[in-house]
Amino acid sequence: MRRAAIAVAVVIVAAAALFWVLTIPRRLPAAAIAAEASGDAGRGARIFWAGGCASCHAAAGARGDDRLRLGGRALATPFGQFQAPNISPDPGAGIGNWRIADFANAMQRGVDPEGRHLYPAFPYNSYIKMTKGDIADLFAYLRTLPPVTTRTPETVLGFPYNIRRGVGLWKLLYLGDETPVVSLPAGAPATAAQGRYLVEGPGHCGQCHTPRTLQGLGGLDAGRWLGGAANPEGKGRIPNITPAKSGIGAWSAEEIETYLETGFTPDYDSVGGSMVEVQQNMAKLTKADRAAIAAYLKSVPAVD
Amino acid sequence: MRMTQLLIAAATVAGAAVPAIAADPIAERQAIMKQNGKDTKALVGYMKGETPYDAAAVTALFTSMNNGAKAFGSKFPPTSKTGGKTEAAPAIWEKPADFKAAVAKFQTDTGAAAAARPASLDAMKPLFGAVTANCKSCHETFRVKEQ
Repeated sequence: MRRAAIAVAVVIVAAAALFWVLTIPRRLPAAAIAAEASGDAGRGARIFWAGGCASCHAAAGARGDDRLRLGGRALATPFGQFQAPNISPDPGAGIGNWRIADFANAMQRGVDPEGRHLYPAFPYNSYIKMTKGDIADLFAYLRTLPPVTTRTPETVLGFPYNIRRGVGLWKLLYLGDETPVVSLPAGAPATAAQGRYLVEGPGHCGQCHTPRTLQGLGGLDAGRWLGGAANPEGKGRIPNITPAKSGIGAWSAEEIETYLETGFTPDYDSVGGSMVEVQQNMAKLTKADRAAIAAYLKSVPAVD
Repeated sequence: MRMTQLLIAAATVAGAAVPAIAADPIAERQAIMKQNGKDTKALVGYMKGETPYDAAAVTALFTSMNNGAKAFGSKFPPTSKTGGKTEAAPAIWEKPADFKAAVAKFQTDTGAAAAARPASLDAMKPLFGAVTANCKSCHETFRVKEQ
């Protein structure tokens, strides 16, 4: 009896130790981080709009210059209420005191300056595919935005999602690396690689347009990449944007470009839902960037 | 000129035919939206200079959209929340005052564009912008894609 109790205790301790080791937050190697203050704010603006940072970090319904006030907002999901934090340059409430290493680790490893895991509602499994130069440029741009003094409330999730350390297990399985998701076919236009970078990296399009494994708990299902998914905000579907019959296979590259610029589909239906903000962000990119995104979307495997 | 008459006739017939053909509010509102898409597509032809500017035809298109806008608000009874492949968002019934205001804005903007009878492409451009801004501003809250 006593031996059995000891055996159980040993197993529990061993399991706890294993969980602890497996879930240690891992930071970027120093070589993967750009030099302090090496970013260019002008170039960073492009990354800011490609990434749609304002869609989660500015107040809901913000218009015009208010979209540059990144005081954070709540994000209601089936897991509970996440808080997209204040990322304005306010030194107290925002990230004004952060250094480039803090920012890069948050963006590309999901680890905050205190060494805690960030929840993957923040799509660092997309941002991991970005170059360190773009991370530095974005950081430089964010520093030019107005400071907001609103403090970020705590994220409130139910058990077991409230165990932050558990995010470490998720990362082991789904964080991925800088390798592109899609191998472009030999005949793809030269611009498709640039589009792939924008879509798979900063644009994080797959976070909504790709279904997740494990009933939404897992990672992005690379086998159904951009093939459409349940709407995380409730009723409806996020559309399939691959060149399939049930996707946008009937759209030409020019029509995709027009949609991203104006919000009109080829038959003059219009953009709706949370894609409205995304489209308005895409409209701020250059024509060349939108054309690159279209070239990539025409080159990904069709998902039916 | 023949083209103009044809367009006016087409827009009028389509506008008049909408309530007659469709027996249920979901089909009726979908038909109105389809017509909005067709009218917008025709207007874009003028905006891009692909269709030679024709004041009467442009006015007819704005009028067609205004007719649809006037009929649209009554096509959302509480019995029509689901079915018929509707993409109407629950917000239509959860925030009825906001929805009413959005429909009223579309009526106002299309009505103003039609009443202005824009004589030139330059006169049409801001009207087109004001009218079509309604598409995404309303769809952002009140429409959810189903596929």
